Amino acid sequence: MKALLLRDLALAFRLGGGGLMALGFFAIAGFLIPIGIGGTEALGRVAGGVIWVSALLACLLSLDRLFQADFEDGSLDLILLAPPPLEISVLAKAAAHWLTTGAPLVALSPLLALTLDLAPAAWPALILSLLIGTPALSLVGAAGAALTVGVRRGGLLLSLLVLPLYLPTMILGARAVERAGTGLDPWPALALSGAVTLVALAASPFAAAAALRVNLR
Amino acid sequence: MSIWRYANPAEFMRISGAALPFCIWGAAVALVVGLGWGLFLTPLHYEQGESARIIYIHVPASMLAINTYFLMAFASIIGLVRRHHVSFLAAKAAAPIGAGMTALALVTGALWGAPTWGTWWVWDPKLTSVLIMFFFYIGYIALWNAIEDPEKAADLTAVLCLVGVVFAVMSRYAVEIFDGRTLHQPASLSLDAEENVANVYYKPLLVSIAGFYLFFFAVMLSRTRTEIRLRRARALALQAARD
Repeated sequence: MKALLLRDLALAFRLGGGGLMALGFFAIAGFLIPIGIGGTEALGRVAGGVIWVSALLACLLSLDRLFQADFEDGSLDLILLAPPPLEISVLAKAAAHWLTTGAPLVALSPLLALTLDLAPAAWPALILSLLIGTPALSLVGAAGAALTVGVRRGGLLLSLLVLPLYLPTMILGARAVERAGTGLDPWPALALSGAVTLVALAASPFAAAAALRVNLR
Repeated sequence: MSIWRYANPAEFMRISGAALPFCIWGAAVALVVGLGWGLFLTPLHYEQGESARIIYIHVPASMLAINTYFLMAFASIIGLVRRHHVSFLAAKAAAPIGAGMTALALVTGALWGAPTWGTWWVWDPKLTSVLIMFFFYIGYIALWNAIEDPEKAADLTAVLCLVGVVFAVMSRYAVEIFDGRTLHQPASLSLDAEENVANVYYKPLLVSIAGFYLFFFAVMLSRTRTEIRLRRARALALQAARD
């Protein structure tokens, strides 16, 4: 599991891996929306939602390569045949995906919060909500990527399948930011978002492994 | 005698062939009676006037929109566990009907909302969760269409359906908990509490719900039968090519 995790991380960060591409997309999406909206009064109120939607899209962007590259060069077959159960290998790949997209997004989010004029009171809630919520994006995304691994040009289909599944995480994350910004307690939303992440952690390795077994048979 | 006997395609074809005419005629009679009674013979609603009559389409369509997805999830579990092709095909056959009913519920809801709430659409929990439901149906149908191998498609869509049902329930409560305020009234019908719909409107509503359900079963059965026949035709063509 550790070897697979390190291999995926190395692949993402070496030349041509495009590991931090999602981060660039996140930043650009986050900067384009305020330019599109114009005006600054409205910005602070929508900032939490804008950052969350950008995070969703950035995460989606790198998902279709999660299993596709390994499927094409045959290493997915080797992973399937390796001694650790496929569920664990899926978990390792999802963890590597989170470390290369989710974690950098969390690190970059204060910059976006600054440019989007988010209320300072909401900053801790934003960072916490991303920290709690983005693992669910990688986990659920792994299940979606496993479903579409055999499909030619599966990227569009993947977004159609996965975005509705991202809704609970996004709603709860954005609500936590909104509540903190308006002086309410963000913890109920954060706790529920944690619950969604735990459900994803419990369910999606099995769903993804089942889908991969079907696709590789 | 086990219930699994009916999962055999030949047995399914025999039983569903016998049941189909009853569903079709039952649906036709119940829809004509329920909608005719509801749309033309009930008294005017004291507040909403004629617009309240859309309840005879909106409520049954909304019920089917949700329950079709549960039926698909149930069929997917059975298909995955017992490896019965008929239940995969039943889930496949049900999906477009569910998507259509969800669209119908959304459109009739918007048409009803415009004169009574003063707006076509609000982002409130009930409406949002039905819209999410619609996207689940679209994704499910798209996955069926995207995968060429029907055996693989059956298994993968079943996995998607099961993941979807978990997340559909979570999204429903996620939107409900913090956006509790809503324009939508509570459920019109319930088994335990007192009904929220007056008697004159309630009876034709029940008939038209029965009509919608019978219509659903008629379409689903005939679509499943078509799928089974397509499978059989494909197998025969392969056999002929081999000889």
